[in-house]
Amino acid sequence: MVASTPAKKLFSVTLRVWRQASPAQLGKFVDYPAHNVSPDMSFLELLDVVNDGLTVSNDEPIAFAHDCREGICGTCSCTINGKPHGPGKGVATCQVYMRSFQAGDVIVVEPFRATAFPIIKDLVVERSAFDKIQQAGGFISARTGAAPDANSILVSKAVADLAMDAAACIGCGACVAACKNASAMLFVAAKVSHLGLMPQGQPERDRRVLAMVQTMDEAGFGNCTNQYECSAVCPKTITHDFIARLNRDYVGALFRSKLQPVSASAGGGA
Amino acid sequence: MNILGSLFNSSIGKKILMALTGLVLVGFVTGHLLGNLQIFLPPQKINAYGHMLESLGIGLWLVRFFLLACVVVHVWVAIQLTRENSAARPMNYGVNHTNRASLASRVMARTGLVVLAFLIYHLLDFTFRVQHPEWSRHSFALADGTLVRDVHTMMVQGFSRPGVAFFYILAVGLLSYHLAHGVVSLVQTLGFKNERWTRGLECFARVYCWGYFLLNAAIPLAILGGWVKAHV
Amino acid sequence: MAKLDSKIPSGPLADKWQQHKTQIKLVNPANKRKYEIIVVGAGLAGSSAAATLAELGYRVKSFVFQDSPRRAHSIAAQGGINGTKNYQNDGDSVHRLFYDTLKGGDYRAREANVHRLAEVSANIIDQCAAQGVPFAREYSGHLANRSFGGAQVSRTFYARGQTGQQLLLGAYSALSRMVGQGAVELHPNSEMLDLVIVDGHAKGVIVRDLKTGAITRHSADAVILATGGYGNVFNLSTYARQSNTTAIWRAYKRGACMANPCYTQIHPTCIPVSGDYQSKLTLMSESLRNDGRIWVPKNKADIKKEPSAIAEADRDYYLERIYPSFGNLAPRDVASRAAMRMCDEGRGVGETGLGVYLDFADAIKRLGEPAVRERYGNLFDIYHEITAENAYQAPMRIFPAVHYTMGGLWVDYNLMSNVPGLFVLGEANFSDHGANRLGASALMQGLADGYFVIPYTIGDYLAQQKPSAQSNIDRPEFKQAAESVSAQTKQLLNNPGKEPVSHFHKRLGKIMWEHCGMARTKQGLESALQKIPALREEFVANVKVPGSAETLNQSLEKAGRVADFIDLGELMCRDALTREESCGGHFREEYQYPDGECKRDDEKFGHVAAWEYQGPGQTPLRNIEPLNYEFTKMSVRSYK
Repeated sequence: MVASTPAKKLFSVTLRVWRQASPAQLGKFVDYPAHNVSPDMSFLELLDVVNDGLTVSNDEPIAFAHDCREGICGTCSCTINGKPHGPGKGVATCQVYMRSFQAGDVIVVEPFRATAFPIIKDLVVERSAFDKIQQAGGFISARTGAAPDANSILVSKAVADLAMDAAACIGCGACVAACKNASAMLFVAAKVSHLGLMPQGQPERDRRVLAMVQTMDEAGFGNCTNQYECSAVCPKTITHDFIARLNRDYVGALFRSKLQPVSASAGGGA
Repeated sequence: MNILGSLFNSSIGKKILMALTGLVLVGFVTGHLLGNLQIFLPPQKINAYGHMLESLGIGLWLVRFFLLACVVVHVWVAIQLTRENSAARPMNYGVNHTNRASLASRVMARTGLVVLAFLIYHLLDFTFRVQHPEWSRHSFALADGTLVRDVHTMMVQGFSRPGVAFFYILAVGLLSYHLAHGVVSLVQTLGFKNERWTRGLECFARVYCWGYFLLNAAIPLAILGGWVKAHV
Repeated sequence: MAKLDSKIPSGPLADKWQQHKTQIKLVNPANKRKYEIIVVGAGLAGSSAAATLAELGYRVKSFVFQDSPRRAHSIAAQGGINGTKNYQNDGDSVHRLFYDTLKGGDYRAREANVHRLAEVSANIIDQCAAQGVPFAREYSGHLANRSFGGAQVSRTFYARGQTGQQLLLGAYSALSRMVGQGAVELHPNSEMLDLVIVDGHAKGVIVRDLKTGAITRHSADAVILATGGYGNVFNLSTYARQSNTTAIWRAYKRGACMANPCYTQIHPTCIPVSGDYQSKLTLMSESLRNDGRIWVPKNKADIKKEPSAIAEADRDYYLERIYPSFGNLAPRDVASRAAMRMCDEGRGVGETGLGVYLDFADAIKRLGEPAVRERYGNLFDIYHEITAENAYQAPMRIFPAVHYTMGGLWVDYNLMSNVPGLFVLGEANFSDHGANRLGASALMQGLADGYFVIPYTIGDYLAQQKPSAQSNIDRPEFKQAAESVSAQTKQLLNNPGKEPVSHFHKRLGKIMWEHCGMARTKQGLESALQKIPALREEFVANVKVPGSAETLNQSLEKAGRVADFIDLGELMCRDALTREESCGGHFREEYQYPDGECKRDDEKFGHVAAWEYQGPGQTPLRNIEPLNYEFTKMSVRSYK
């Protein structure tokens, strides 16, 4: 117990950090020694401390993405020793604590790497491709004010729970970063599955999956090769079963969109 | 755009094409193996089987074209996917880390290439018999007196060349390894897999792949070892 | 002197909103597209407002400093959202939610606003369910509810421990849909650094692109700020690291009044600070207090002992001792202050001495470990992840932390500030929670403002304005504002200082926590009002901001925000000093009942204090909006 143990043993590590001044410039790894590291410190807090040191010594601090620091906003995005979000299962980078490392470790810190996630600076990448996918169809159109009573559409607990599993996605992009092919399939699958499972999402189900996959393809992500690196690093442990569901949804939607009869006078209304 | 065009133009579509053509080819290699295992039976069995296939005439050619088309699509789409995948991450990580992707899944392109090379050689050797045109002339009398092509002798002579036998074993080994990922993967791509029965599927795939490899390897080994001999 | 007209409609309480809606002016559909509206912030309030206004046909520009609207800090809310559906048939009603909220706020909110909030709460649940929010369900397929603090009915809807994220994703998906349709122009990575006022009306903003450093002008017919709370003035809080006050503070400096800035909610059950490097405090759900017992050692000499080595007789279950009827379930503010007192007496535990035990040993004995795991397993996991300690075997250590600010920019019933055309929604305004917010009400208020209030009330303002957005952009007011933003940036970057920004933020946080935190005194606040200006001077002279203005520069972002926090901190202390009473989240030690409850002074302070900026170095002006309670009696808040 903390109350009785002597002060926690402090240790030293070396951070080997990817430094890249701008999207166009070449980057390189630079080593930063870090001393007096407490095991209770979070990894991002160590970066804070290193950055304060860099500021005082007239160097430019390391740019890194972070915000909520409790694993829900999906902002933090580094790759630590080759693994997006670092050691640990079901956690984001902000939930990694220094007790996961040993004295003398060389910790290699890199940005997420993918064509669709260009590097802005150092460890910060641009993930607007995810927003574009969402804008293409990641919604259930429900005009404000037009909603029926919430209990008028029943949703079985099993379906609601499964939809919630998918909806837990925090949009961090670790799935893309971990995938050998930088594919965004787990992200898209989670969105498509969440909305496609809910009864409210049925009317737009086919349009949604076709539009989201098309936008995903246009954004320059790679293709899924069913290696499940994505789900292995997902901070919300979202399962790749949703990718199977996405595949099925997509093919069904594709066939329906090409073969089903359509009204000769589509559109209109009053 | 029609359905086929859409399939060829989308990431999931291409994956579906890989899975479907893969499924056809898995069916083919499985059937092919079962046919070949007749080498362990008296020679008239496999020769009768060969004759039955050849007597399909136009049907056989249709099947062959279909299989060829599957191979072409499988390879063509694989090339597309691989190129897109490397374009999606032009710069690798400083630390290369793998969480759980199997080695088989990471070397699909390489195992596929060797298998493709073997396939071409195998077709030239046994189907078009370019190296040994005499194999086309050997004939065999079935029980009812019909003279048919002597497939048995061709196989025995073919695998009596240790180099060829070794290449064959290597190729079926790599093909089995290719299938170790492919068989499970295609179920996922076609959208039927989920965690509740993944273990069962994986067990099946392991048994299938080992079985496929061992049974296939048994043929040249039996010939080299003299357990299966030429009947003349 | 600012004109503070609350514009509360006349008539019976329950009819005010309905009547108001039928009486306010409308903009016809064809004209809506001529009006441009800027929405700053994209949390629950901002996203829902931007989406809904775009659906109505207005042209909307949405600015958010995060890289995506989905990351706004509404996402972190765990517990749930209140809605008066009465699905449980347990007697819930609009009036009950209204009354609970008003009482929870210690009678420092406007009756009419709170009633409207309760009225639209049911619509929010409908709206979110229609968007596909995966609310918890019963086996029958109906929505599930749970109960929450300060209420005697089960009216809280939830989505696992992620209600905030799921509701935000609902609003974000509605916003994304409108962005996809071209109806909203989305500007992520864009921080508002000034408000532009033309002829007395809010007509635009100055924005810095955080990726490129470009400073741009954006004009509109109305500006909506939905930029959240300012709890990071304390440096350590449960807020996201980048949550800040800059947008509302710069609006304050342009004339918008800041109301009740001292009202701060402090949550009793957070994981304690472990060291100087600490950047964030993590909330542990209040529900833990249902089964956990809170204690500290009776004797100072025991504080470094293993808790298991402290005999039962040497433990002080102080909440059970001081508040026998409520025990460990004493209200948030009472529990927080009691913990603070124990630590002040030197009986706090943990390395820093700032912590108390939350012990589950009895619960485990009574219910068995599996039952405790079932109820609280995820919280025990979070605790383990952060502290590496197993709370099944040894008690948790907890400590209070700042997690919500009830104060904010002053707004009238239409959510418009005293600057015409400037609307303020969600936590950024001061309106609905009074001096204390009840659990599961923050999400409700954000969405009420965005989905169901602003879409009506903004029309009333716009209908009286000629669309003018485009004609304004070259006006001198825009030029001047953009130049002043550039000048501040340049000044920060060129400052010949030595200390990083975090150095000043930490010091400000300490001053605020010590003097303007859980318990405030005249003396402490006066000393803070000495220390903060001194800190400001030091900041100006000695802050070091490396890097350039033309790229992503997180030090520069922080510097600007901390400069605003320093100014805001001073105003908070001033507000706390002048409010000579205790109410909700504002506790002045001089004004309390013997049991430690807040002693309000309704006669002298039954009002909103709205501070008006008077220029740099000048003491701001304290304006008053009296709270006229027409329908409810202000009484002593008691949960006993």
